[in-house]
Amino acid sequence: MADDAASPPLTVAIWRGDARKGSLVSYRVPNRPGQTILDVLTWVQRTAEPGLAYRFACRVGMCGSCALTINGLPRWACRTRAEAVARDNRIEIRPLRHFPVIRDLVADVEAFFERWQRAFGRFGPSGPEATDFARIAPDDPDRRAADAAIECIGCGICFAACDTVGANPDYLGPAALNRAWAAHNDSRDDRRAHLRAAVQNGGAHTCHSQGSCRRVCPVGRDLTRSIAGLKRKSLTAALKGKL
Amino acid sequence: MTEFRLYLIQRVTAALLLGLGLVHLGTILSATEAPLSAADILARTRASALWPIFYGVFVLAAATHAAIGLRTIAREWLGWRRDIWVMALWLALTGLGLRAVWGIA
Ligand code: SF4
Ligand code: FES
Repeated sequence: MADDAASPPLTVAIWRGDARKGSLVSYRVPNRPGQTILDVLTWVQRTAEPGLAYRFACRVGMCGSCALTINGLPRWACRTRAEAVARDNRIEIRPLRHFPVIRDLVADVEAFFERWQRAFGRFGPSGPEATDFARIAPDDPDRRAADAAIECIGCGICFAACDTVGANPDYLGPAALNRAWAAHNDSRDDRRAHLRAAVQNGGAHTCHSQGSCRRVCPVGRDLTRSIAGLKRKSLTAALKGKL
Repeated sequence: MTEFRLYLIQRVTAALLLGLGLVHLGTILSATEAPLSAADILARTRASALWPIFYGVFVLAAATHAAIGLRTIAREWLGWRRDIWVMALWLALTGLGLRAVWGIA
């Protein structure tokens, strides 16, 4: 292909191994303009290393399954252009930080989503009538707070970026707490379950507000603000004895 | 919930220390401004029970705040997850501080 010869090939170092051990293996990949990291991985699997394991589904930034550590930062492979992250034509691809490896770039996400359950990251209707539709004005403050927190694609990038997640094995992490905060602002919700979950050991107050999560979130969720909301509301509820 | 209580106490002691610290700074400034000798200062602190009470609260707030903060740092950076040394630290800081308060009472 003409464009293959146009620029020198990329050197792509990919982490290969399993839960016990592994190492970086380098591949020479054609430097095609506009290709994504996911394209690079597909090229490697099709031409050089058929056994390479990596995960993806939608290829368009919706499913959240392709997150990896790309040149040191957690990013989504399908929406990250190789030329934007390459340094001296080199790219290093590793599995996501804070996730146990299954094989190569495929990480085990069970413990990540298990924390969403522990954070009560779901709707808890206040009564039978609350399961019906509710009329909510678009400029309602609760609606706005919920809007700011929804549309997370569950990629785990914030979880990988958070140093507190690495330092404290109990910490629920930004994505789970953000989900709880979104559900908490649903006016049909009983609202207390999220606050009770937020004060468990490893809950919202564990966050040091460093803000790494919101810097890396590919869909721009302000997780630090969601966690601050949970801290504020649970603190007020606790002081009023309403937890 | 335990961690949340510690978080709460950490915030309350921080707020206390801010107020108490400002008063403490004020007394240092006015004592050096005057200037007062050690004997003058002791005469004043012994004249009213409010001074030892003020510094007693100060010591308790500082010891508690420091112990909780160091506990979190040690848990996260060193992986020390047992609390026995935190209690010991709290006792040591409180003991040293109250001994000093005793000196001015
Ligand atoms: S909040 Fe953002 S970074 Fe975190 S899981 Fe959701 S989409 Fe990914
Ligand atoms: S493959 Fe679905 S978000 Fe990247």
